[in-house]
Amino acid sequence: MGMTMTINDRAVEAEVPEDTPLLWLIRDELGLKGTKFGCGIGLCGACTVHIDGVAVRSCVTPASEAAGKSITTIEGLDHPLQQAWIDVQAPQCGYCQSGQIMQAASLLARNPNPDDDQIRQAMNGNLCRCMAYLRIHKAIRQTADKLAYDATEERQHG
Amino acid sequence: MGKLQYLMEKAGSGQREGITRRGFMIGASAAGFTLAFVPAGLMYSSPAVAVSEGRFEPSVWYSIDRDGIVTVNVAEAEMGQHVGTALARIVADELEADWSDVRLHHVDSEDTWGYRVTGGSWSVFQNFDLLSRAGAAGRTALLEEGARLLGKPAADCRAESSRVFCGDAGITYAEIIQRGDISRRYSEDELAAMPIKPANQRRLIGGRFDALDIPEKTRGEAVYGIDAVVEGMVYAAPILPPTRNGASVRRIDDSKAQGIAGYRQSIALDDPSGHASGWVVVVADSFHAALRAAKVVEVEFEAGETAGVSESDLQDRARQLIAGDSGSLVVADPGVEEAYASADRVVEREYTTSTVLHFQLEPVNALALQRQDGIWELHTGNQWQSLALPWYARALDVPEDRILMKTYLLGGGFGRRLNGDYGVPALLAAKALGRPVKLVLTREDDSRFDSVRSPSVQRVSMALAADKRILGMQHHAAAGWPTEVMAPFFMGPGENGVKFDSFSISGANHWYEVGAHRVRAISNDLANRTFRPGWLRSVGPGWTNWALESFIDEMARELGIDPVTFRLQLLTGEGRNAGESPNSVGGARRLAAVLERVAANADWGRKLPENTGMGVATTFGQERDMPTWTACVATVSVAPDSGKVTLDRLDLVLDAGTIVHPDGALAQTEGAALWGASMALHEGTEFVDGQVKDRNLNSYTPMRMLDVPEMSIEFVDSTEQAVGLGEPGTTVVAPAIGNAIYAAVGARLRHLPIRPEDVLKAIQTSAAAATG
Repeated sequence: MGMTMTINDRAVEAEVPEDTPLLWLIRDELGLKGTKFGCGIGLCGACTVHIDGVAVRSCVTPASEAAGKSITTIEGLDHPLQQAWIDVQAPQCGYCQSGQIMQAASLLARNPNPDDDQIRQAMNGNLCRCMAYLRIHKAIRQTADKLAYDATEERQHG
Repeated sequence: MGKLQYLMEKAGSGQREGITRRGFMIGASAAGFTLAFVPAGLMYSSPAVAVSEGRFEPSVWYSIDRDGIVTVNVAEAEMGQHVGTALARIVADELEADWSDVRLHHVDSEDTWGYRVTGGSWSVFQNFDLLSRAGAAGRTALLEEGARLLGKPAADCRAESSRVFCGDAGITYAEIIQRGDISRRYSEDELAAMPIKPANQRRLIGGRFDALDIPEKTRGEAVYGIDAVVEGMVYAAPILPPTRNGASVRRIDDSKAQGIAGYRQSIALDDPSGHASGWVVVVADSFHAALRAAKVVEVEFEAGETAGVSESDLQDRARQLIAGDSGSLVVADPGVEEAYASADRVVEREYTTSTVLHFQLEPVNALALQRQDGIWELHTGNQWQSLALPWYARALDVPEDRILMKTYLLGGGFGRRLNGDYGVPALLAAKALGRPVKLVLTREDDSRFDSVRSPSVQRVSMALAADKRILGMQHHAAAGWPTEVMAPFFMGPGENGVKFDSFSISGANHWYEVGAHRVRAISNDLANRTFRPGWLRSVGPGWTNWALESFIDEMARELGIDPVTFRLQLLTGEGRNAGESPNSVGGARRLAAVLERVAANADWGRKLPENTGMGVATTFGQERDMPTWTACVATVSVAPDSGKVTLDRLDLVLDAGTIVHPDGALAQTEGAALWGASMALHEGTEFVDGQVKDRNLNSYTPMRMLDVPEMSIEFVDSTEQAVGLGEPGTTVVAPAIGNAIYAAVGARLRHLPIRPEDVLKAIQTSAAAATG
């Protein structure tokens, strides 16, 4: 049946069964392949996208739950985290990294200056099979520190 | 000749034979010039003809276009090791190219690309010399032609940053390509004499630089096999049979699937190649519809003979084989019997490891189709095209040259995609349906169909004289053998003439001086029938080094010697352990050096809190012929009431010779060491009724960010032969952790993975022994 939603600021109308996981709507109907299929039970995080700015596991989220809402996938994200990911050379195979970045962006949106343990807690649901965890953590740390620094500068000089 | 070279020659791999029987040609092509190795026999045709007809040889070639862009063709699979970047860097360094002019091109499978395999941590090791000479040949030609265009003697000119400089005058590579003709041919002798830069003049090898494959991986633009689509394709999900081998389909009832929108049909595959025996694939217009239908399609299977096999059946069979005298003698020194007969005492221990899944995050998948011209295309990520193509040919009953494998990024390799079996059902389904089929396995099916790391049993012993001298050592190891099942042509004979899978025993043939030494490798026939044993990151050292390094630690304790000191005493670097030029120059002394270094870094011997301990282990990586000298100290805390082990810290030191891509080497080692820790403490499954029990993350639980310890990794600064780095960090960690647990609480663990209940039991055993 038909559903309307916004994906990466683009209005879309989707004709899929309501129980279709959002993941397959995004990947196979809309052709946005940056969001990945890993475990299918919401435990690896490779399929992480944002619904109204909040990270969700799209493989266990029915498309109907996104109806009328705004969805962001990695293709629609433009975030300083992505440069930090390059700066620390975080990705190895890269398959989980869209989900890692989406999860991290969601973390920083609600807590712009997390401590190291808050980063670990927030990212623990995202499996990196290459085990690039040290660098993922470092990229988030650097981004948070930079955002905090920029905010301070803004207050002092803005 | 080393074992690796021997294996490669057995495999008929021209690529691996060094530069001795090939020349190098530079020929004009449409876009500029192509620079490639050619078989020596082709040296008499013109370079342009060789290039235009694609008659150049294998996996090492590159081109320079009229804008000076250097495109390095990469036949190796990209699975996170940034291999293309490292290989291109070697070419560009000798070519004196500006790095910003360098591009990568990952090629598809065609026989001109030579033998294709990415594994064994071989890529840099095998290609370093070839690529250096390829780069030097290109530089020589550009320099000569640049000098001619500038009207100067070549001897007065030099190349740097994609330019040739002759005194004050200069010319770019792009201008040389546009105005000049760099067509050349170099014979094998000229190629061998090519001036290779001394290590201290390298500009691109060893520096800090970014991997070329990373930016697209941060934007969701990287294309993996699972992302491949073609017009008109349908989706397929399998219903897997109850046994990996020998199953068949009796009946399919898809009546309940008929009402599912998008469902098409379910078919039993007929597989002459035997890779997908008893498979049913459920076909639909979307993957989701295929998954929904697969849940309700009922299939009655005839199971194969291994339907009842359990993990303990597999291990009992291994013990039975070890008790007998079958198998291959991989090390067979004279005097073992005498040493054991004359010993004052023999210490013997058994070590075991459980089944391990690859769990690469991208489930295996493949898109298959037949083109109008009859060629079959298979779109999938793969590590060993040359192994799989004959399987596909047998499955389809067509010649190999009718099948083309299109290259994609791998969402994790770790050895799973050395075995391209998942391409077979996709091709068969496409053949049966007469249209393109995209087959994707669910995570649970990926686990069931995985080529797991075999469970293993090992018996290790030492014969001691009354004065505590070591007279001899024996190591008997039984496991399923991937190479026997999938690539038997790779097996060479042991000392007793029995062929063996070197990947499944490597590590036991160590660099310690232990007197008369015997290593026996045994193939577990029941394992080979029950599942398809896999090459999993490092393969054999994953279990052999667990046994060896745990046992060495036990012997150190037994003899009352500090475990670091004991190992240093055994690393004499004499006799066969002296090493050979170039790969293992320095021998066991280089292993001793990294061991001493890691002990210093970890402050070995310092006082630690109660229930905290340090353990040490070493490994030489993958093979004696390509040693990556590696040592590790693990620091753990053990909760004595629960047996829970917390890994606090890992210190590693590696000597891998020349490091082409230091940051990539560090990333590989970080990941490899955490893999080792994950397999030691967090992973592992078991066979129940012929299938793996744990199939998804609800019960198979690899390491997460919260489990990551503090880490320190150091590489020895070296200009020796570049060796491998994808795997060595993996196998040194588990025994270091086991030995650290002993140091912390006196509990000796002899099974992987290490579970809290086993630690608790070992604590109780050791307490009972102390009071008893």
